[in-house]
Amino acid sequence: MSTVQYTYDPAHLTRSEPVVHDPENLKTGEMILNIGPQHPSTHGVLRLETITDGEIVVDVVPHLGYLHRCFEKHAESMPYNQTIPYVDRMDYMAAMNSEHAYVMGVERMLGIQDDIPKRVEYIRVLVAELNRIASHFVAIGTYGLDIGAFTPFLWVMRDREHIMRLLEWTCGARMLYNYIWIGGLFYDLPVGFEERCMDFSRYLKPKLDYLEQLLIENKIFVDRTADIGILPLALAINNGITGPILRGSGLRFDLRKVDAYSVYPELDFDIPIGTGKMGTVGDCWDRTWVRMQECRESLKIIDQCLEKLTGDHKRTRNFDPRAFLPKKIRPKAQDFYVRAENPKGELGFFFRADGRSDIPFRCKARACSFVNLSILPELSRGVMIADLIAIVGSLDLVLGEVDR
Amino acid sequence: MMDFGEIKSIVENKFPGAVLGEDINSTPTAVYLKSDQLPEVCEFLRDDDRMYFDMLSCLTGIDNGPESNMEVVYNLYSIPFDHHLMIKVETGRDKPEVPSVSAIWKTALWHEREAYDLLGINFTGHPDLRRILLPEDWEGHPLRKDYKEMENYHGIQVKY
Repeated sequence: MSTVQYTYDPAHLTRSEPVVHDPENLKTGEMILNIGPQHPSTHGVLRLETITDGEIVVDVVPHLGYLHRCFEKHAESMPYNQTIPYVDRMDYMAAMNSEHAYVMGVERMLGIQDDIPKRVEYIRVLVAELNRIASHFVAIGTYGLDIGAFTPFLWVMRDREHIMRLLEWTCGARMLYNYIWIGGLFYDLPVGFEERCMDFSRYLKPKLDYLEQLLIENKIFVDRTADIGILPLALAINNGITGPILRGSGLRFDLRKVDAYSVYPELDFDIPIGTGKMGTVGDCWDRTWVRMQECRESLKIIDQCLEKLTGDHKRTRNFDPRAFLPKKIRPKAQDFYVRAENPKGELGFFFRADGRSDIPFRCKARACSFVNLSILPELSRGVMIADLIAIVGSLDLVLGEVDR
Repeated sequence: MMDFGEIKSIVENKFPGAVLGEDINSTPTAVYLKSDQLPEVCEFLRDDDRMYFDMLSCLTGIDNGPESNMEVVYNLYSIPFDHHLMIKVETGRDKPEVPSVSAIWKTALWHEREAYDLLGINFTGHPDLRRILLPEDWEGHPLRKDYKEMENYHGIQVKY
């Protein structure tokens, strides 16, 4: 390693913005418009190379990788349990959900998934659903911001702050928790958490109605999002789109019901789907409406979890969430694919364990935002530039997960 | 609801010689396919009304190390029937090449680009095989087991 970490040469800057389209080959009237990577409405470091003809978008080429942090390379060099903080940093808006998916995969590989105490599972679902609401709040709030509604963003940030504080209380971190561990939890819920969480649930219910009235049913919002970016169901499935976007296109498909993992089969909740109430099925409005309704469903799940956590599986003096942590995490040689429903879609992990070490031989993350972003060029050909922003916002991208 | 054996025998009957073996240790159970018959088998799996594997959940490239080979693993899922299937295709390490399935599932477009980017597997028939996560002029494929990072990238020290 040398002490000089960068040497300047003007030639280094020439290739800083690679493009697919050559300006020489454009038709008359067309131009290349570069949106991002530091544009607020791309929700992170995403760069869209856009060919425009006046106000009309002719083609969009997404350029990713600005936030690539080598998740898979890192995962190949450290034990399973030490990868959990990295999983947090993929979808940093929904770290609990990602942890839950990852941990579930490793537990199933070890064959200890049935030993996990019910209380641990309920706490996992509780914190994951809290995080799901937080993630959807950011999605809805920043989407409003993208298309000119400022107040809802402040409202959802105010309410999300309560969730952040609750989750901070459980593990000490606001966003990147490392709370769900393989075989258990970092710690039991703090004393009084259930009561505070019930207060929060009571507080949030009317707020969701206000938010729906202020933003989702707002005429300006409807005008900007209805009939925009219509995603037909067949195209969505062929592109592997999952989560609220697929449900917005009208398919009742939610892995919490389909795979019935963890304690979700014991809980009662509905799966909202897009119906084309304001325009056509699968438009931007439907996707946002599905996210809004999912917040309500998550709140229903939280209430049921709290009921269990203060009833059947209530706190006892000798409950130890770390009691079933495996001493050695060494799955037998196998390939394993696990998937779970994240706020943004199907988060999958593919593991190859060689049976000889505590380190995965290969760990691939099937990131939902990555796959969901790939639909963007098809959705946005022929729309106005302002609608392109509305479409990008409705996909609810987290670039940490796209680039991993 | 069909089990793995039935799916395997349907494929074996339809495409004699395409199935090279199975791996019951994987979850979901995996079938090894011959790489040059992969696209036609995949198209059949997608369109056949008994299976209808309409979703490609995940596509993973794997490097098994310098003395071994490379693999591409496909995780298929059928939404109407709730079937899972893992397909594995092996390829040599000197010139890794697998036919692209991007014409069958568009999901594969970006997943194959990623496998090309990080492992250097060439997907023949892919319409736009560029690097996706790394810059275009990056040297080498980081997820190969014998990967050596370059010293400098545009004057920036890579090793830290």
